[in-house]
Amino acid sequence: MQWDIVIGLEIHVQLATRTKIFSGSSTAYGAEPNTQANAVDLAMPGTLPVPNENAFRYAVMFGLAVNAEIGRRSMFERKNYFYPDLPKGYQTTQLEQPIVGPGYVDVDLANGETKRIRIHHAHLEEDAGKSLHEDYHGMSGIDLNRAGTPLIEVVTEPDMNSAEEAVAFARKLHSLVTSLGICDGDMSQGSMRFDVNISLKPKGSDQLGTRTETKNLNSFRFMEQAIAHEVERQMDILEDGGRIVQETRLYNGDRDESRSMRTKEEANDYRYFPCPDLLPVVIDDDFIEDARSHLPELPDALKARFKEQYGLNDYDAGLLSGDAKLAAFFEEAAEHGKDAKLAANWIQGEFSARLKAEDKSVAESPISGAQLGDLVVRIADNTVSSAGAKKVFEALWTGENDNVDAIIDAKGLKQVSDTGALEAMVDEVLAGMPDQVAQYQNEEDPKKRKKMLGGFMGPLMKASKGQGNPKLFNEILVKKLGG
Amino acid sequence: MSISREDIEKVAVLARIKVDEEQVSALEKDLGNILDLVDQLSAADTDSVEPMAHPLDAVQRLRPDEVTETNQRDAFQAIAPATEDGLYLVPKVIE
Repeated sequence: MQWDIVIGLEIHVQLATRTKIFSGSSTAYGAEPNTQANAVDLAMPGTLPVPNENAFRYAVMFGLAVNAEIGRRSMFERKNYFYPDLPKGYQTTQLEQPIVGPGYVDVDLANGETKRIRIHHAHLEEDAGKSLHEDYHGMSGIDLNRAGTPLIEVVTEPDMNSAEEAVAFARKLHSLVTSLGICDGDMSQGSMRFDVNISLKPKGSDQLGTRTETKNLNSFRFMEQAIAHEVERQMDILEDGGRIVQETRLYNGDRDESRSMRTKEEANDYRYFPCPDLLPVVIDDDFIEDARSHLPELPDALKARFKEQYGLNDYDAGLLSGDAKLAAFFEEAAEHGKDAKLAANWIQGEFSARLKAEDKSVAESPISGAQLGDLVVRIADNTVSSAGAKKVFEALWTGENDNVDAIIDAKGLKQVSDTGALEAMVDEVLAGMPDQVAQYQNEEDPKKRKKMLGGFMGPLMKASKGQGNPKLFNEILVKKLGG
Repeated sequence: MSISREDIEKVAVLARIKVDEEQVSALEKDLGNILDLVDQLSAADTDSVEPMAHPLDAVQRLRPDEVTETNQRDAFQAIAPATEDGLYLVPKVIE
């Protein structure tokens, strides 16, 4: 039987505010346990929450960026459940009147199509603390530094039909919130966490099947794997004539397996009610316009401009506009380097590979866009070969020297493009390889001939101490060998 | 309007309150009375009334995003039953 896959996402986005959503405690990551957990965060009797203006500003910016209606009057509810890393015994969240109403995001897919994913709503809420279950004499340790960190929970409509679409949407959302500067986007620190709702229905049917929710996926790779895993699990059950139980599941990425966390029937009685500690929050036109004035150039606009202004193709423009810092790096390199396409190639090649190898972010790069731009200029004007350019790049990266021209001089990487000198070298090398020359000249197949040219390049590069311009060498060779 | 014993037991579990047999009977009566009162309220026609978000006719004040709290962990942990390595210790919550 053929099945349609139906996927909806809930995404928790940690907002990059300085302080918590309801208290003036710092939200800085990595502090000693409980040093940023104060009276309000600990739910001490007599404390009252006071909402953080920036949390609302960031949520409104998000709303504007996803073409959503902004909740002019929003309210907080209490979602009651028992867990020790939630000191109040309830999470303060929004249910009836969220800050961000229905909107949408357009996502570019690998097949060149663009798909619109609708946002059902996004609401503000607080994060919980962390429970450490390793052994403290049979007890659990609780760190409440994270308790009260502002989140927006983004809820999509079930508009995605494959793992690929879901991941493309997730990446787009990541790119949006980091471009907006409302989230640091660091998934390894839990800054974005995905819950995936999945159901299957017979192909073409308009009746949705029973869904399961796989919670707390914190990387795109795990998300893709978890969806594939869950789709297969549900398909096996349905094809054996079984029934899907509506439940919450946990996915273990290291083992590629999942288990049931709780079934919906036995839990999730959250007894929501309006939070009496908080008044309705009214967002006026001035607040919205102020948020709008803080919006940067968003990825879609940036992509269009990169294609227009620098002549990049769709793929390159999409990749470079997806990350605000990478986009800024590219623009700096392109401005300095004149040749934007070459700059784009180097950023996606050598530069990205190096960042990845050293697990660094663009912000942590030891070289600047301007430096890469200077190098691009020297590659474009044939001063250095691409092999030489890699050596320059290496010296820039390790901090050996910060000036491209100085490195080229110091390392003797300047390419010899003087035709007379190159011709002399070719003559000398060919004179020393009579057999190969004869073989080449007796070969009729142009493809094989082309391949045989390579055999002369090694000795030539050696003769020129790696400084001969390979392109010119090639031209001279072809001429001397008689086509 | 009445409330069943099962409902009372379920609410007690959700609220983490231990309720014994005799208490359930008393609660059945008390909570039943409260629900009867709610039923009386429900009889009022409220179709044209906007639901009230809050009894105070005011709007929430927002706070500037500035750190105002300092680290007072020692003071808070002095009144906690058990702590270690800066963590609050609680009975183990997962199996």
